[in-house]
Amino acid sequence: MNILSVENLGVRYEQSIALDGVTFSVEQGDFVGIAGPNGAGKTTLIKAIFGLIPSFSGAVSLFGEAQKKFAKWQSIGYLPQKNVSVNPLFPAVVEEVVLLGLISEKSFPKKVTKADKKAVREILEELGIGDLRKKSFTELSGGQYQRVLLARALVQKPELLIFDEPSTALDPQSRDGFFELLLELNQKKGITILFITHDTSYIQRYASKILYLDRKVMYFGTVENFFQKKEFRDSKHQYHIHYSHSND
Amino acid sequence: MIDTSFFTFFEYAFIQKAFIAGGFVALTCATLGMFLVLRRMSLIGDGLSHVSFGAIALGLFFGVYPLYIAVPVVMIGSYFILKITEKAKVYGDASIGIVSAVGISGGVILASLSKGFNVDLFSYLFGNILAISETEVIFSVTLSFLVLSMLYFFYWDLFSATFDEEYAKTTGIHTNFINILLTLLTAVTVVLSIKVVGVMLVSALLILPSVSALQIARGFKQALFLSILFSLLSVFFGIIFSFLFDIPAGATIVMLSVIFFMLTLVYKKLG
Repeated sequence: MNILSVENLGVRYEQSIALDGVTFSVEQGDFVGIAGPNGAGKTTLIKAIFGLIPSFSGAVSLFGEAQKKFAKWQSIGYLPQKNVSVNPLFPAVVEEVVLLGLISEKSFPKKVTKADKKAVREILEELGIGDLRKKSFTELSGGQYQRVLLARALVQKPELLIFDEPSTALDPQSRDGFFELLLELNQKKGITILFITHDTSYIQRYASKILYLDRKVMYFGTVENFFQKKEFRDSKHQYHIHYSHSND
Repeated sequence: MIDTSFFTFFEYAFIQKAFIAGGFVALTCATLGMFLVLRRMSLIGDGLSHVSFGAIALGLFFGVYPLYIAVPVVMIGSYFILKITEKAKVYGDASIGIVSAVGISGGVILASLSKGFNVDLFSYLFGNILAISETEVIFSVTLSFLVLSMLYFFYWDLFSATFDEEYAKTTGIHTNFINILLTLLTAVTVVLSIKVVGVMLVSALLILPSVSALQIARGFKQALFLSILFSLLSVFFGIIFSFLFDIPAGATIVMLSVIFFMLTLVYKKLG
């Protein structure tokens, strides 16, 4: 089943082209890592998939439906970059944060039910952070923070999970644990995963496909083939490959 | 001589009216202010209070009850703030500055042209809740009820958009609508607060209880509760002190809010 299809997508910021002619598609059960140099358009691509920024060309379809007509946003879980979008002064407790994952599907006036709170408790237990339920979100460690936002995404019961640099705030040990968890979600629950990372070693270890961007699609295909290709071991791409090996 | 014993004090009709109107306004400002402060929109209250100055002058100029004119005019002002930000590609604070300057200068020109209502206009600048009429109490309670109902019905959308706007958008929440709603509700709240603290101090009632609560709250519901508590205590004791010591109610309310803010800072430092 086709989960995400991007065709000839072009995005422009003022006069500069951020994405040009980007085409790829993601099938159910794929675990896709998105890599590329700084300014390659990785985050822009995610924003364009959600329709948060306008495109000047091309089309995005989700679950076989054109993005502009798509309404089942509940089936896509999203984990933004740490400290980018979350309001640092907001005094929310963990339970409230995770409940947000259930809000959008509700009809007006939106009410939180006992069943919602039960679903939140269950997902927190499943991720091993049940004891954090009443803790202030701003007091969490990097690893706890990411797991809570993952819980917010998972409580929606998504079919597609999209992560933007999910491991930036984590130490290497927590990073490995986080990716092991994603692999489990992908393999046991069949959730399709799309994640951005600067560290291609995680793509090498966990992903089934890689989308290498530099405003255009430089490569899209299996991880094995990518790491065998000579051109990605040369020139400016070398840094990313070396960077990834230095973290192994 | 006025008997100032505690129980007699509450028997005065004007005190009862001040408590009812002030209580509702305090509740509304504390709740709405929390969202404004967290969304970094608190200056919009200040800008709209300046627009309300122009609107009141307009009402006095045409001999219409000023607060009736102020509601639609301030709502239009809030619409322009949003539109200037969107269309002229200027930051929100700059568009607030533009619209508030129009409000103040318009008010000054109208006051100068009429030459007759400067004293009335002055009373709106600093408010006088002890002189609130029965009609104004009904006006305040009705508008407060309207604003609080909207905040109640859109609570989770407001929560989501305030906590993480980007995520809220990805889940299909219309954050633009939420911004328009908040701005319009601020316009209404600014007008209904004029009688309590006056045009000059309206924004203090929107900002101070919320920022005080945010110093010490653990959890959003607790923050809302504390904001409402600080706001109600400031208004109620402001009215009492104003009556007992014959000092202006609006300024007393604001000074009490400042004291609560200082106390929360001390509590946070000690804790």
